[in-house]
Amino acid sequence: MLLHTVNKSPFQHAALGSCLRLSKDGSAILLIEDGVYGALKGTKISSDIENAMKTKKVYALEPDIKARGVQDRVLDGITLIDYAGFVDLAAENKAVEAWL
Amino acid sequence: MKFGILVSEGPYTHQAADSAYLFTKAALEKGHEIYRIFFYHDGVNNGTRLTTPPQDERHIVNRWSELAEKHKLDLVVCVAAAQRRGIADAEEAKRNGKDGDNLAPGFRISGLGQLVEAGIQCERLVTFGD
Repeated sequence: MLLHTVNKSPFQHAALGSCLRLSKDGSAILLIEDGVYGALKGTKISSDIENAMKTKKVYALEPDIKARGVQDRVLDGITLIDYAGFVDLAAENKAVEAWL
Repeated sequence: MKFGILVSEGPYTHQAADSAYLFTKAALEKGHEIYRIFFYHDGVNNGTRLTTPPQDERHIVNRWSELAEKHKLDLVVCVAAAQRRGIADAEEAKRNGKDGDNLAPGFRISGLGQLVEAGIQCERLVTFGD
């Protein structure tokens, strides 16, 4: 399957919405940089992420979550990974698609 | 596994130059091969040695140069994107009649074919950008 990376805040950019809509079931989605704002509870897109997690695996880059001080607000079901985990995901999936 | 990296954002812009560096470092630490790092669009600004950040701040350009030296990495700056943004090695500067060059150590200037070739040769191409 594909690994999709999203590095834009969903509140400024359509990248995460497009990724959630167009990625296939079984895909892995990794939120990095400002994309990690998509991983938070209680936002207008939280329910979209929760829906996506029924058929897709969602990850967030922990250093980027911590850099923004939002580690206590991450949605249940999202897996936090470090850069080594990012490399593993890139290797495990057949390609990496960046939603810039 | 053989990785190629594409960087299309300048340093000190958002975070792509940092993400690309930290991903590359993690991949090398895991024993993967970084076949090439290609700098395109504003990403070419990662390759100017005139960059002078405050001394207590990370030096994104030197960091690339040091990583390239340590791991014999191929850092390629797109020639057309570099010309537009005033990034030149000695040869390019001479060819274009400029009075100075600024390409950082460990980088080389070449064409877009190098990105295509990395896409063909690498098992994964990972993009960091704006």
